[in-house]
Amino acid sequence: MKTLKPLNGNQTIAEAVRQIDPDVVAAYPITPSTAIVETIAQFKADGLLKGEFVCPESEHSAMSICIGAAAAGGRVMTATCSQGLALMWEMLYIAAGLRLPIVAAIANRALSAPINIHGDHSDTMGARDSGWIQIYSENCQEAYDNFIQAFRIAEHPDVRTPVLVGLDGFIISHSTEIVQVEDDEEVRRFVGEYLPIYPLLDTSRRFTVGPIDFTDYYFEHKRSQIEGIENSPRVIEQVGQEFGEKFGRFYGFFEAYRLDDAELAIVVMSSAAGTCKDAIDELREEGLKIGLLKPRVFRPFPHEKIAQALKDKLAVAVLDRSSSPGAFGAPLFTEIRSALYDYERRPKIVNYIYGLGGRDIKIEHFKEVAQSLVRIATTGKIESYVGYLNLRE
Amino acid sequence: MRKETWRELTIGTINLNAGNSVVNLTGTWRSGRKPEFRPEHCIHCFFCWLYCPHLAIRVEGEKVVGINYDYCTGCGLCAEECPTKEKAIVMVPEEIKLAERGKE
Repeated sequence: MKTLKPLNGNQTIAEAVRQIDPDVVAAYPITPSTAIVETIAQFKADGLLKGEFVCPESEHSAMSICIGAAAAGGRVMTATCSQGLALMWEMLYIAAGLRLPIVAAIANRALSAPINIHGDHSDTMGARDSGWIQIYSENCQEAYDNFIQAFRIAEHPDVRTPVLVGLDGFIISHSTEIVQVEDDEEVRRFVGEYLPIYPLLDTSRRFTVGPIDFTDYYFEHKRSQIEGIENSPRVIEQVGQEFGEKFGRFYGFFEAYRLDDAELAIVVMSSAAGTCKDAIDELREEGLKIGLLKPRVFRPFPHEKIAQALKDKLAVAVLDRSSSPGAFGAPLFTEIRSALYDYERRPKIVNYIYGLGGRDIKIEHFKEVAQSLVRIATTGKIESYVGYLNLRE
Repeated sequence: MRKETWRELTIGTINLNAGNSVVNLTGTWRSGRKPEFRPEHCIHCFFCWLYCPHLAIRVEGEKVVGINYDYCTGCGLCAEECPTKEKAIVMVPEEIKLAERGKE
């Protein structure tokens, strides 16, 4: 039965796992995603899950088990973050290269050093070229909804690419919100039966998974892999639409908040977008024509759609919750700036790095950004392309 | 042999042509020396057959009969492991005909 439940982000993921009941869950606990794994283990102990639950000795092993189980033909998921995701790094590329539709929930957390357990996007941004589809969530409801959709996207025959769903560490993973939990049967029906293409457990056919490629085949196999994620936009769109028709909450590549008639725009992902909406409302009341663009899908990057939504603005600030030391701005900024390059009319665009290691971002900080956008729009001059928000200078 | 384009490949690096390593003639890797079989010294202990990484020792019935140069990489393990006093396999120089290499 569909019910409203008070759940935190970790519990919403575990709840979705209970409903979907994958064949194999292999995961190693790490703060702040521990409760996902813990709750799944409890469900298993209580007899609520038919699938296997494996708790191995490390995240590297967890992803290795996911790869083995997915190659065998199972529907597979895991959860981790931060150092755990970093330890999975080499296996992430293998999951994507073998086109195994594994789903991972990532409670986004900073990377060491210095050691820190709080939320930022350094972990998943570090995995951005691993070939995984990346979807980010603003709140507990979105984490639940995105996680359910992730299976449909990953397992689509034209995609067959692993998907990770990001939920901000602590801010989402540990904050309790009222979440619409859909009916178990309805969720199962939406996700549907998983039909593996070449399961290793099918012994009637002889084939090899992941043999060595030399200079003569590696390039072709990599190009073939890229096709999977290139095919994913229409699937992501279709699944988001279907999810909306069934459960009433529609999803696309990004959310535009008071953006249509805006002259200025802030781009920010995940939980900070919630605070940004309040800031936008206050700024609008003060008479400023400003709006928000909240990317949901970072890989594949919806460059055309985002460029279309931003090209007519006067000034845009892209906020990144990660840094890319030595680069010209952080990941989201470089993508968006590049996406706008071909438009003759395009906004001035700046980057702000914020919230590293869980540093708060408040309404006043968005207002600070808005003020600098006003300055840029009126003078046409950019003082600094990359700034830092709420940092002691 | 024509190589597939990326569009023709099976998803996820899967190779449906199980056992296709026979088409890869690893013998083309030899560079300057090859094993020579001297049957008069062979005691058919199968050490060479056991150690050969490329299954390039030819066996008929229960006898070692020679080397399969299509797959022998010239690594020399067989000659090294041959336990007889007078070796039944010795490495000898081989002239490489570059023009014949790379024919696939």
